[in-house]
Amino acid sequence: MNISIEERLGLVSFEVDKERHIKVDTSVCSECDEKTCLYFCPANRFTLEDGKIKHDYEGCIECGTCKFSCPKGVVDFGYPRGGYGVYYKYG
Amino acid sequence: MSEKFDAIIVGAGPGGCAAAYSLAKMGFNVLIVERGKYPGAKNVMGGRMYAHALNRLIPEFWKEAPVERMVTREKLTLLCNKASVTIDFQDEELLVPPNSFTLLRAKFDQWFANRVVEAGATLVSNIKVDDLLWKEKQVAGIVAGTDKIEANMVIAADGAVSLISEKAGLKRFEVKQFALGMKEIIELPEKTIEDRFNLSGGEGAAQLFVGQCTKEIPGGGFVYTNRTSLSVGIVVYIDRLIEKKIDSHEILREFNQNPAVAKLIEGGKILEYSAHVIPETSRSGLFTDGMLVVGDAGGLVVNSGITLRGMDMAIASGAAAAEAVKNAIEKNDFSKECLSYYEDLLKNDFVLKDITTFKKAPEFLQNERLYTLYPEIACRLFHRLASVEGPKRRAFDELLEETKGNKMKMILDMIKGMRSI
Repeated sequence: MNISIEERLGLVSFEVDKERHIKVDTSVCSECDEKTCLYFCPANRFTLEDGKIKHDYEGCIECGTCKFSCPKGVVDFGYPRGGYGVYYKYG
Repeated sequence: MSEKFDAIIVGAGPGGCAAAYSLAKMGFNVLIVERGKYPGAKNVMGGRMYAHALNRLIPEFWKEAPVERMVTREKLTLLCNKASVTIDFQDEELLVPPNSFTLLRAKFDQWFANRVVEAGATLVSNIKVDDLLWKEKQVAGIVAGTDKIEANMVIAADGAVSLISEKAGLKRFEVKQFALGMKEIIELPEKTIEDRFNLSGGEGAAQLFVGQCTKEIPGGGFVYTNRTSLSVGIVVYIDRLIEKKIDSHEILREFNQNPAVAKLIEGGKILEYSAHVIPETSRSGLFTDGMLVVGDAGGLVVNSGITLRGMDMAIASGAAAAEAVKNAIEKNDFSKECLSYYEDLLKNDFVLKDITTFKKAPEFLQNERLYTLYPEIACRLFHRLASVEGPKRRAFDELLEETKGNKMKMILDMIKGMRSI
């Protein structure tokens, strides 16, 4: 049962929207010392690439954590358009 | 859609469905809007619903609803790295009337929504409500894409994040009000589940874990038995997770590998992973002009440490919201003064009574010693009692030895515990 988060997300069903439902103003992230987004997201959608925060909305399971947890408050949280995004088969 | 509805309900989870079902039964013209592909598509919970609230609405619902198992066995495990102490409570009286059921939301919520449609409400899925319509200072409908649909009342049943409540100007939740739940559905044969949890056919177990599993972060682990799968997960307070800089999803991975959990899920296959925020305290405002807030959207949950409840609170608040809408329509008054009747109903029912009773629980449950020191003391004490190597001491002497230096703290925590949970 020791599988990575990427493998775990591979078990989740998505209808990927071409529109981005969460917008992150990453220009502010370089000033952020905590970068807690790298820890709190249960789908690991925030990554650090060449010292810059990158947010990948595909694979987001719409849990709501980032809406409340970004220390700089630069996560503009929304949901995918109707019918798009995660759909749980068990839930 | 050009017609005007008596009420529009945003979200087809248990709170929204209970409200829509009740209103439709009263004969009102109701629209319920779901942004998922189907009701339940976006919905996550640990795994068990207490039956009483839905039983009031749909008596003996379990005879037709897709429930998994009736819970007759309750276990609480204090977890250390290599040891654990479990309290195992079984009670056949939990069967009649049924106390709680394990269930899978994707299936269950679809069933409930079908009942809502049968009762006469209009359900649309695949539609996201983007905004609210206003008539002067009163909520008067919804906006979805280019569609504007009018209603006398809107009920926000859009779950823990509740963007709709924010749009209506109700106070936004803060991070310290939330826990994060993460869960896996692990498939196992029916017989294996019944053997591992000591269950007869159809009966179920609920096991909560406290201690090492959350890496010193207040929270806990859980395993619920479904018919042919287990719901296995972790709940942690988000602000403490952030403080400790621990990867949230790693906590679940490590939980699976603790010997006490690994034995339960061995040989299983992970079918699905899910996660969601869980409100830990209720909203200060549950209504405004033209709108009511139900279920998780209102933070209507109770965590007593042993019973973790959301669905029954959502259903009871949904039914109460329907009563308040009926009252408002009869008086043709949708002002917040008139809608305060909703809060009166919740106060007279278990919803706000239980929330008040357990008001201090979240604070008590944030005490780190509950997740570190006490499980360790319990494990070490039982280790002393169980092992034979040289002269043995009496149990009480072992307890005194094990709690040396911590007695005062323990007594104070115990008093706090008695007052809060």
